[in-house]
Amino acid sequence: MAQRIDVKDLNIYYGDFMAVQGVSMTIDPKSVTAFIGPSGCGKSTFLRTLNRMHEVIPGAHVEGKVEMEGVDLYGPDVDPVAVRRSIGMVFQRPNPFPTMSIRDNVLAGVKLNNKRISRSDADDLVESSLRGANLWNEVKDRLDKPGSGLSGGQQQRLCIARAIAVKPQVLLMDEPCSALDPISTLAIEDLIQELKQDYTIVIVTHNMQQAARVSDRTAFFNIAGTGKPGRLIEMDETATIFSTPKEKATEDYVSGRFG
Amino acid sequence: MSATTSTPVGDTERVRAMLGSADAGRKRTDRMMTGLIYAAFVVAMIPLVSLLWTVVIRGIERFSPYFLSVSMRGVFGGMDAGGIYHAIVGTLVITLVAAAISVPIGLLTAVYLVEYGRGPLARVTTFFVDVMTGIPSIVAGLFAFALFAIFFGPGVRLGVAASVALSVLMIPVVVRSSEEMLRLVPNELREASYALGVPKWLTIIKVVLRTSVAGLTTGVLLSIARVIGETAPILITAGYADSINFNPFEGRMATLPVYIFTQYRQGTVPCAPGALDCVEDINLMRAWAAALTLILIVMLLNLVGRLVTRFFAPKLR
Amino acid sequence: MTTTASPPATTRRRRSGDTERGMSRVFRWISTAAAVLLLAVLAAVAVFLVQRGLPALTASGEELQTAGRLPRGMTHLGQLVGPLVFGTLLAAAIALLLATPVAVGIALFISHYAPRRLAAGIGYVVDLLAAIPSVVFGLWGGRTLAPVVADVWVWVAGVLNSIPGLEVRATATGRSLATASVVLAVMILPIITAVSREVFLQTPKLHEEAALALGATRWEVVRTAVLPFGRSGVISAAMLGLGRALGETMAVLMILSPGLLYSFQIFDSGQQQTIAAYIANQFPESSGLAVNVLIATGLALFVITMAVNMLARWIVARRKEFSGAN
Repeated sequence: MAQRIDVKDLNIYYGDFMAVQGVSMTIDPKSVTAFIGPSGCGKSTFLRTLNRMHEVIPGAHVEGKVEMEGVDLYGPDVDPVAVRRSIGMVFQRPNPFPTMSIRDNVLAGVKLNNKRISRSDADDLVESSLRGANLWNEVKDRLDKPGSGLSGGQQQRLCIARAIAVKPQVLLMDEPCSALDPISTLAIEDLIQELKQDYTIVIVTHNMQQAARVSDRTAFFNIAGTGKPGRLIEMDETATIFSTPKEKATEDYVSGRFG
Repeated sequence: MSATTSTPVGDTERVRAMLGSADAGRKRTDRMMTGLIYAAFVVAMIPLVSLLWTVVIRGIERFSPYFLSVSMRGVFGGMDAGGIYHAIVGTLVITLVAAAISVPIGLLTAVYLVEYGRGPLARVTTFFVDVMTGIPSIVAGLFAFALFAIFFGPGVRLGVAASVALSVLMIPVVVRSSEEMLRLVPNELREASYALGVPKWLTIIKVVLRTSVAGLTTGVLLSIARVIGETAPILITAGYADSINFNPFEGRMATLPVYIFTQYRQGTVPCAPGALDCVEDINLMRAWAAALTLILIVMLLNLVGRLVTRFFAPKLR
Repeated sequence: MTTTASPPATTRRRRSGDTERGMSRVFRWISTAAAVLLLAVLAAVAVFLVQRGLPALTASGEELQTAGRLPRGMTHLGQLVGPLVFGTLLAAAIALLLATPVAVGIALFISHYAPRRLAAGIGYVVDLLAAIPSVVFGLWGGRTLAPVVADVWVWVAGVLNSIPGLEVRATATGRSLATASVVLAVMILPIITAVSREVFLQTPKLHEEAALALGATRWEVVRTAVLPFGRSGVISAAMLGLGRALGETMAVLMILSPGLLYSFQIFDSGQQQTIAAYIANQFPESSGLAVNVLIATGLALFVITMAVNMLARWIVARRKEFSGAN
């Protein structure tokens, strides 16, 4: 189910502008990897290259390799659409499809595939995905209501349910809690702990306590100045990063001295 | 950890198979829809290209200084003569009078909606401006005719009646575009002016209208371009004339669109065999040449309108 | 010192305040009057049409026959207005059916398919199409398009005729409702495209990215995120186009060889006629009651287009409320 990702010497561009430079890292399967760093350091940009969402922006492109189990995601025989199916994504702001019911939102990815899915299979998938996202008990009585009627935290968990319904290998989360209140944030964090039993999870967060709470490994990104590309400064076990980092910049950042 | 470092070859192959697009059906649908959407674009280009091509090729045959500078007075049958001077005069007079009626009303209504409009009157006005944009041009013509028939009796044909008909079509367009332009003026500018102790009416004239004057001009030019090609309401109100008439308050007037229509309707002329001064499709040649003139005028108005915004609009953001 | 200086200051201020308020009030009055005048004009259009059309509604059959110049065999107004309304609706409906899919296609092309620089250029080209006067469309339709599509219609009729129980006639001149509708479709294309494009461009990036992250192809993004979001916008755009097609005069007048039948023979000549083209055709030679008859038919057109346009605006307004709630 879960796969490992190797990134080798990745440079990321918006047109001619280099946004992120020379990132190499390994993301272990069935673990939570957190990306931290100041605003504009390229951690979200980097996350979006892991499932080729980056190239949706006109002019954006990458150099280097992103390999999943040794297969280069940017290889010539790889379809970006298939990449995004295998590597799901949850966004900063919850984005359920407003025109679809809760049930249809969960099934959206499956239905895209034009797979004829029997009603009972669909029901099972909706239930298991919503249970997987810890949302089942809250919405089981109103599956046919629009998803936009839920609270922010519920919407975000609906988006997670939608992402895991297509059974991805990896789940990318781009600051999934930044638009949520503390209680909803806790619910999502608990969910992340459960999801890592089955999925490889990568999470971008601004909140260092969150990174410390949920992740196994942490990567610290930084930027030398405006107009300069972002870089990966250090990546290690989360406990190490927050107690005895090797780099001075990391220590300054995690101890709250800047950023 | 050890399990992942020694990845079994089968696993890599499985991932490779997963990532290479397996779903041919979806790919096909995507490609087909892309094809259809490109096709829609091509389909729409065919009439545009064909129309412009035909108008230019057929219009250029008769398009000359002579054609632009004479009227149709005394021209009949297949005579190799006649031009559109009277129609150009009529078009300009009728359109200018229409603009003189529409621009003040339209602009002031837009000022009302943006600067003063609160409550039911503003809502009703906004709604009915939208409704008014939907009035069919022939209905506007009937209205103007009915209005002028009261004062001048049935069978009235006046240039100014055509101007009134065009105004009905033009006012909502002017309101819409002006409203849009006035709303683009940032509120900070108004507040800055109030803070200097400038009263509201002077703020509107000296700050709001002054800032948006380029956009307003463009809107007016585009609305003129829209009504200058109207045919049906003018056919009903100003009729058609063969000779030059500068006075919108007296007698029939020709305009370019009505001229095109009349020439088109007369069709080909039966020529006596051996007749020297007889061209069989002279009427159609005139119609195409007049169509070329009309399109050139409309394009010029559009072009000038866009250039005004590009070069004279202040940089607001 | 202070006591003597302050009273003149306050009076001066009050006086200047008064004149300012005065001018401001005048300006407010003028601009409000313009808005009222606009409403009065619209009301006048309705009042005049009713007042001038009324004699035709109350006149006897015999009067309508002689002074009203009704076509032979017709004794009341309904017999004229009926087929005209039918022809108007038929022509506009066909035009809408042809134009909407193409317009939505172009709008998607501009908003989601074409490279950005090309998209702006195409926007201009579509605007160019909107700027061409209807009389030029009529000229082109009558002289260039009709002879070409006549062959197509004859062929289509031939194919349809091979279906048993179907009898389709086609004219070799091309002066049929089908040709007129094609030209109408080209004329309403820019409106539908422009409105649809605006709506498609407003699709929230969030929703498009949600679909992409689920592994949607470009078309699937359009289907799951863009079209559902833009549906009501496209509907109202189509309604606006319909309103335009209903009222269009010259293209029909210059192409269609008219008739006054309730006929679905859209490839044949002498079958149908639209209200606007009928009025423009008859008006120059009409006087007295005949004019009243034409104005009464114009009233029917006015009512139909108003209804269609109000419906379109209502849909747009409702959509705004929906997106505002989010």
